[in-house]
Amino acid sequence: MPTPSRYWREIPQRYRLEAAKCKNCGFIAFPPRQICPRCHSRSFETIVLPEAGKVVTYTIIRVPPQPFSDQAPYAVGIVELDNGVRLTGQIVDCPFEDLKIGQRVKIEFRKIYQDGDAGVIYYGYKFVPE
Amino acid sequence: MREVAVIGVGMNKWGEHWEKPLRQIFTEAAILALDDAGVDKVDSMIVGCMSSGLFVGQEHLTSLLADYTGLAPVAAARVESACASGGLALRTGWTEVASGLSDVVLVGGVEKMTDVNGNEATYALGTAADQEYECYHGITFPGLYALIARAHMEKYGTTREQLAMVAVKNHANGSLNPLAQYPFKISVEAVLSSVMVADPLRILDCSPITDGAAALILAPVELARKLKKPIVKIIGSGMATDTIALSARKEITWIESTYLAAKKAYAMAGKTPQDINLVEVHDCFTIAEICVMEALGLVEKGKGGQAVEAGLTALQGKIPVNASGGLKAKGHPVGATGVAQAIEIAKQLREEAGPRQVKGARVGMTQNMGGSGGSSIVHIFEKG
Repeated sequence: MPTPSRYWREIPQRYRLEAAKCKNCGFIAFPPRQICPRCHSRSFETIVLPEAGKVVTYTIIRVPPQPFSDQAPYAVGIVELDNGVRLTGQIVDCPFEDLKIGQRVKIEFRKIYQDGDAGVIYYGYKFVPE
Repeated sequence: MREVAVIGVGMNKWGEHWEKPLRQIFTEAAILALDDAGVDKVDSMIVGCMSSGLFVGQEHLTSLLADYTGLAPVAAARVESACASGGLALRTGWTEVASGLSDVVLVGGVEKMTDVNGNEATYALGTAADQEYECYHGITFPGLYALIARAHMEKYGTTREQLAMVAVKNHANGSLNPLAQYPFKISVEAVLSSVMVADPLRILDCSPITDGAAALILAPVELARKLKKPIVKIIGSGMATDTIALSARKEITWIESTYLAAKKAYAMAGKTPQDINLVEVHDCFTIAEICVMEALGLVEKGKGGQAVEAGLTALQGKIPVNASGGLKAKGHPVGATGVAQAIEIAKQLREEAGPRQVKGARVGMTQNMGGSGGSSIVHIFEKG
C-alpha cells in the first residue's frame, strides 16, 4: 500500500493528466521527466493530456495482484491518446467480448482500489468506450 | 581486454525446495562450479539476485554468500536487473576478468521464491514493472506479456497454437534435463485447455515460481588452457536498456533492448545470426521467446510464430532454442536464470549435454531479459 506522500505526489498525473512537453523538440512525457529522452533538453512546460484515444492492445486479468482481488476479472489495455501519448490503464464499462484493438475510448476519473473496507481509496484514470 | 573462458559450471536440481534456505541452495551450486573448475579460491564473486529482500527478507548477499561459500574475505558484488540479474552477473564477472582486475571469478545467481505466498511473489515480481504507472492500474507480468501477445497476433497473424508450441517444445527439451523443475512433456491441447491467467496467455504459457541457483567460474583463456577441460570462451557481451513501462516503447511487439544488446555482442564476437548453432533465450512467457528470436535476428520480424511451428527452433531444427527446457520447463528462479543459460551453452559446447546434445555445436548464445524488456543482456560463446 502506498504511503500518503507516495500517493499524494502522483495526484497531478492521476487526477489532472498533467504531462511535460519538451520546449525544444515537442516530445510529451507522461509522467513528466527532467531530461527529454529524444533530444536531452531539460526544458519542459506542463500540458494536459487529451481525454480520448484508441486501444493499442488489451488483456483480461484473471489472476490479479492482491489489492485488485475483488475486481477480477478486469480488462487492462494500452491506449494511444489523440496526441500520441500511450497510457496503461483499465478498460471498464465494456463487455469483454466487445473489446478490440483500435476501438475508441475516453478517459474517466474512477476509483482504482482501496485499502480494505475502511481504508484509503485510491483514484485515477480508467478508459471507457467513447 | 583479455579473452575470458568459462572453466567450471555448477547447477543443482531446480524446483520447490521447502527444506533448503537460500544460502544452502547457492552454496550447493557454488561447490559444484568450484569442483568442476578444480579451484578452491577465487579473486572475486559476483551474485545476481533480483529480490531476496522481498522473497526471504534478506539483503546483504555479498556477506552472506561469501561467508557460507567459505570464500570470505573475497571481494563480492550483488547485481540486480530484475529477471536479467543473472545475465548481468555474468557480464560483470566477465568485465572483472577481461579488465585484468581479477583472474578467477565466481559468477552466481540465486532466487528463493517459495518462502512467500502467491500474492507476495506476484508483488515481488511486479517490482520489475513501473510501480506508479503500470502496477497501480492492476497489471501483472503475465498481463504485460499478454498485451505483447495480443498485439503480435493482431499485427503478424501469430496464432494461439504457435504460442502453445513454444511451451510444448521447451517441455520436450526439458524432459531430457534431469535438473529441470518440470522435466516432462506437455501437449498443445494441454496448453490450450489450461487455466487462463491473462487473455490470451494461460498458465502453461508462463514460466513457474522456482527455488534455484547456478554458478560458474570465469578465468583468462591462457589460464583455462592449462586445465584439462574443453575451452569455452566468451567472445561477445552486450547489454542494453529501454523504457521501464511497456506503453512507452515505440513498438509493443519489438524488444529493442534485446536487439541492441545482440548487436553489440555480435559485433564484439565478429559473428552474425547465421553463425549461431544454439541459443538459450528468456522464455518467461511463450510470446517472449517469439519476440526474442525476432530481435536476435534469428528469424525475420513477425515470423517468430511461424518459425516455431515449422520446427526451426526444435532440438533437431536449424537453430535449437532452449535446449535446456528454457525458463518454462527448467524453471525460473529469476536471479539464477541468466547464469543457468550460460551453463547450458558451456555444457553443449563441451559436448556434455547428454540426450539433449546439439551435435557439432561450436557457437552458442544466451539472451536474458528484465521486466517486459526494459533490460537485456546477450552473450556469445565459442568452443576454444
